[in-house]
Amino acid sequence: MVKGRDDFVIALRSAFFKKKDKQKFSLISLIVLSIFIIVLSNFNFKPIQLVKLGINELIYRSSYILSIPENKIKEATSKFKLHLELYENHQSKLIQIENSDEIKVLNNILTAENKRLRELIDESINSEEIFARVIIDRESPYLKSIVLNRGSKDNVKIGMAIMDRNYLVGQIIEVNYSNSRALLLSDLNSKIPVIIQPPFLQAVASGTGKNYGIIEYTKDEYKENQIEKEAVVYTSGLGGIFKPGIPVGKITNNSEQLTFFSDFGQLSFVKIVEFKIGEGQ
Amino acid sequence: MASLNKSTFFRSFLSYLPIILLFFSVFNEFDFNYLKLDYFSFNFIFILIFFWTLRNPDYLGYFSIFLAGIVNDVVIGIPIGISSFCYLLICAITSYIRQITLSPKFINDWLSFIVAVFLINSIQVTILDLIFLYQVDYMSYLINSGFTFLFYPLFFILFNILNSKISLKKND
Repeated sequence: MVKGRDDFVIALRSAFFKKKDKQKFSLISLIVLSIFIIVLSNFNFKPIQLVKLGINELIYRSSYILSIPENKIKEATSKFKLHLELYENHQSKLIQIENSDEIKVLNNILTAENKRLRELIDESINSEEIFARVIIDRESPYLKSIVLNRGSKDNVKIGMAIMDRNYLVGQIIEVNYSNSRALLLSDLNSKIPVIIQPPFLQAVASGTGKNYGIIEYTKDEYKENQIEKEAVVYTSGLGGIFKPGIPVGKITNNSEQLTFFSDFGQLSFVKIVEFKIGEGQ
Repeated sequence: MASLNKSTFFRSFLSYLPIILLFFSVFNEFDFNYLKLDYFSFNFIFILIFFWTLRNPDYLGYFSIFLAGIVNDVVIGIPIGISSFCYLLICAITSYIRQITLSPKFINDWLSFIVAVFLINSIQVTILDLIFLYQVDYMSYLINSGFTFLFYPLFFILFNILNSKISLKKND
């Protein structure tokens, strides 16, 4: 028994402490170093933050260059898929075009009315937009995020909204000097206040880690078959980060599953938007 | 002469191939996500590190693995150091297996691999969830571990061919 334990200790000791001919560092020293880095990255000291920013800048750039072949494959796969779905897409687009003129006219009058009503209550919403290219699109199973080629030098700040055309796709969570990382709405850690319209219910849209989101913390009537066919989910503006009324996605047949309008796997260029909601002009 | 030069270049390229593959995978987060198959993902890096540190550790240094972990953390956006720690724990497991095994067998390696993958993923989830308060999808981790385990034999065959070529060149 004692001999068996001795053998175990000897094997363990040589596994952790012994260096092989070509190894320059022992395993235990590197494990201790990585624990040290994990602990250090938890503190918000300026020198640590600067080192972290430097590492991020270097790795994001290298990753962008090395990802070019994979991105080409991704592009080719997507083009091939589009070719296969060409006829179906064409038919649905024809129906959309037929309805779009009607919606456009209605939209113009509603926009004008909305502007007039905001002036009446002395409220204004201004926004500043920065266009950015997606340099890393790593939808890993653990974190759904994208890296953009705009950073603190372009006045990007944590919390700014990320939009694909007019649809909300995420929020800035990390800013470096020349790039930044945005958390997508599909990430498990993403939660935004929304309105379900119709029937104008307040709720929270949460990410699931998959390609869709879920509706949480809403009134019971939502669960009691109030939504018959289809409802659109917009930002509610609560919290003051996003302006109210940005389209997020849609829910169908009273399910809690939220289908996002934007395809997060196809993002190449996005808008980083800061909303200034305040009184007066 | 030309063939001799070509052979030397080919020899060095083959010996650096495990490191090249490791860094290429971490920079790319090689996970076949563009195939858009729900729930399908596997951890190629775990397979690569496990195989090479177990069968031929001379071609995959611990320091390279440590650096690859740092790169992986930055690329996928989790706190720096976690992947390095997990990768080095795989090295510790393989190093221990090497110490206690006289003649390596595939089935033993494969069974040890599943234990290693579940252990390392559990440690990673625990650190992310309990220390850094990240919300993680346990099902994704479980499925990822399962596919990683299933893909091991395929990469075992490929890496074994590569390993035998490297060893052959070395003994020439």
